[in-house]
Amino acid sequence: MSDLQVFRQESRDWLEENCPQSMRSPVIAGEGACWGGRNWTFESEDQKLWMDRMGAKGWTAPDWPTEYGGGGLDKAEHKILKEEMGRIRARSPLDSFGIWMIGPALLKFGSEALKQQHLPAIIRGEIRWCQGYSEPNAGSDLAGLQSKAVDMGDHFIANGQKVWTSYGDKADWMFCLLRTDPDAKKQMGISLVLFDMETPGVTPKPIKLISGSSPFCETFLDDVRVEKDQVVGDVNQGWTIAKYLLTHEREMIGGMGLSGSGSKTLGAIAAQTMGTTEGRLNDLFMRTDVARWEIDAAAFAFTAERVTDEAKAGQGIGATSAMLKYYGTELNKRRFETLLKIGGSDDLVWEGDVSNDGWTAKTLLRTKGNSIEGGTSEVQLNIIAKNILGLG
Amino acid sequence: MALVLNEEQEMLKESAQGFLAEHAPVSELRAQRDAGSDKGYSDTLWSQMANMGWAAILVPEEYGGLAFGHVGMAQIVEQSGRTLTASPLLSTAILGVTAINVAGSEVQKSELLEAIAGGELTMALAVDETIHHDPVQTAMSAVSKDGGYVLNGEKRFVVDGSTADKLIVATRTSGSPGDMKGISLFLVDRTADGVNVKRTQMLDGRNAAIITFTNVEVSIDALLGEQDKGFAALSATLDAGNAHISAELLGIAQESFDRTLHYMKERKQFGALIGSFQALQHRAAHWWSEIEMCKSVVLKVMQSLDEGDVKSSALASIAKAKLCEVAELSTNEAIQIHGGIGMTDEYEIGFFIKRARPAQMLLGGYNYHANRFALVSGY
Repeated sequence: MSDLQVFRQESRDWLEENCPQSMRSPVIAGEGACWGGRNWTFESEDQKLWMDRMGAKGWTAPDWPTEYGGGGLDKAEHKILKEEMGRIRARSPLDSFGIWMIGPALLKFGSEALKQQHLPAIIRGEIRWCQGYSEPNAGSDLAGLQSKAVDMGDHFIANGQKVWTSYGDKADWMFCLLRTDPDAKKQMGISLVLFDMETPGVTPKPIKLISGSSPFCETFLDDVRVEKDQVVGDVNQGWTIAKYLLTHEREMIGGMGLSGSGSKTLGAIAAQTMGTTEGRLNDLFMRTDVARWEIDAAAFAFTAERVTDEAKAGQGIGATSAMLKYYGTELNKRRFETLLKIGGSDDLVWEGDVSNDGWTAKTLLRTKGNSIEGGTSEVQLNIIAKNILGLG
Repeated sequence: MALVLNEEQEMLKESAQGFLAEHAPVSELRAQRDAGSDKGYSDTLWSQMANMGWAAILVPEEYGGLAFGHVGMAQIVEQSGRTLTASPLLSTAILGVTAINVAGSEVQKSELLEAIAGGELTMALAVDETIHHDPVQTAMSAVSKDGGYVLNGEKRFVVDGSTADKLIVATRTSGSPGDMKGISLFLVDRTADGVNVKRTQMLDGRNAAIITFTNVEVSIDALLGEQDKGFAALSATLDAGNAHISAELLGIAQESFDRTLHYMKERKQFGALIGSFQALQHRAAHWWSEIEMCKSVVLKVMQSLDEGDVKSSALASIAKAKLCEVAELSTNEAIQIHGGIGMTDEYEIGFFIKRARPAQMLLGGYNYHANRFALVSGY
């Protein structure tokens, strides 16, 4: 047996032994997801067990170095692990902005001390992170942010207001962009800093969305003490890291255009809901909308696949995350508009079994934010025009 | 399989790019058109292409071919879309080869495929009978007589039908229009008795023929595949055809885009390059994104054809539909962003829309393929 075959067998055995039966079903629409952190209430003993076991093995962050508690897997092993988890339909043990966002940034830009301090706790699901980027007057023009950190010698004092802080009321720590040099050109005076949400002066306040849920907060910073050793990278060099993280975020959000392999196709849902005659959907105008969407969705899925394969093969142009983000989020919005039309008046019911508590309508409303958060569609088009097409 | 080109495919792409840019640029198409060329393409060019082995790419090795596959062939076809090169590549080396390879007897394969691979034989596929592509509606009759068949009917939009040595003709030997069963394919010499070919010059300057068959007698050897069971081979042929037309449309879309992007960086109005206007930047960025989608669907269907995957039929319709949409967008945006000069015959950008529209409609346009895709998807 090759090394990879051995790895596959060992992973399979380990997962078989350690993944609780109740964790072997997909997370649907966020139900059953585990976010960890100090304030997390586990939905079951199994959920805790699963997170703890995977965390201890480093497989919540399979490709991070073992010295920080990660899995230390190479690309091929990571792929095998994903396949083996998929084989038993194992859930993700931990959803985490720590793993998806600040962790990769720390690995790339952080000091050794910061890595040692934060990465193991992220991997074990002990600390939940949130992102402090946007401000009321700095949305698309993020580099225009005004919340500031003033140098007090051995520490900074931060003041200002952040907005669209995902799960700010549930998170333990924030990675936050603050202006540390008010006199520098706007991109040049920004630093990325880390602080505990329990620090005096940090007040997150949930924002209720049109979808009825409150995944975001506005976060007020009033004389918040930020330690000097909690600056990621160099002071005033935070914009570079911010851009790196934004690219990362675009890739994540762009993936929304991909309907999961397990989920039903739009065509199947339409056929089931509206009926067919001689193999054709009864509503022929709807049929056109569905086919048009599915053709575009297939093209998008192949593009995501091609971009990944090109990157692995060292080909391609690289800067494709803006295109995937733009196309994927617009596609996701269209998907829910079509779904709502298929569902008819039942899907307009806000609460009740008939609409699964308004799932389609609420998700449709939520998708409107997809083409705003992480950079609007218009900002993505600007990035494509400038960085890829060379239009000044 | 990774969605990337391998080294050999990459090399073929580069050599096709170089050759076509030098020997068959858009100006050649203009020259053919202005000269009122009977054929719509240059024999010299076609024999050069055949000498490079391009007619043999899809032919298996045992019949003198290169067996280089659809991904490889698509690299040439895509480049020929960029240069709008007119040639019998589609009708002969893709449609002809696929039909014979899928349905043909040993004798037919060894005789015809070798001749095609050597550039000595050209073919044309005769399917459409009405102004819209719909092969299952084939009505043209073929009736058994004296150990052979008698063919009667009319075919339209037969690309290269006025020049091809042999025609592959879809006929009905039993059942009614709308039935998949009962369709049979025949090989008919273009110059056979009772075959009347009327050449129609299309808006792209190329040829398509209306062909009438009046009591055309053919022997049993002319039957390509089994009687009544020709639909599967015909479908496989059309899938390959549509996949490669998609590759050509990709070339057309990319070249229209590249030329327009170049123009945006050179044309000034209001004292500024028009490429500095956000109204145009966003259109260009959206357009570019759509072309990225197209690259992926085209490569996907080609790999799928090479693997003989059952999904290739659905993928061919996905690819053709998407490319019809984006080729339309591309050729329209190209003219709009070029402005007045895009409307002139003197400027080359207008040649792209003229080739794109017939290519889009050939073997079924957006609606045909979206409908076909929906049907196979169960709605």
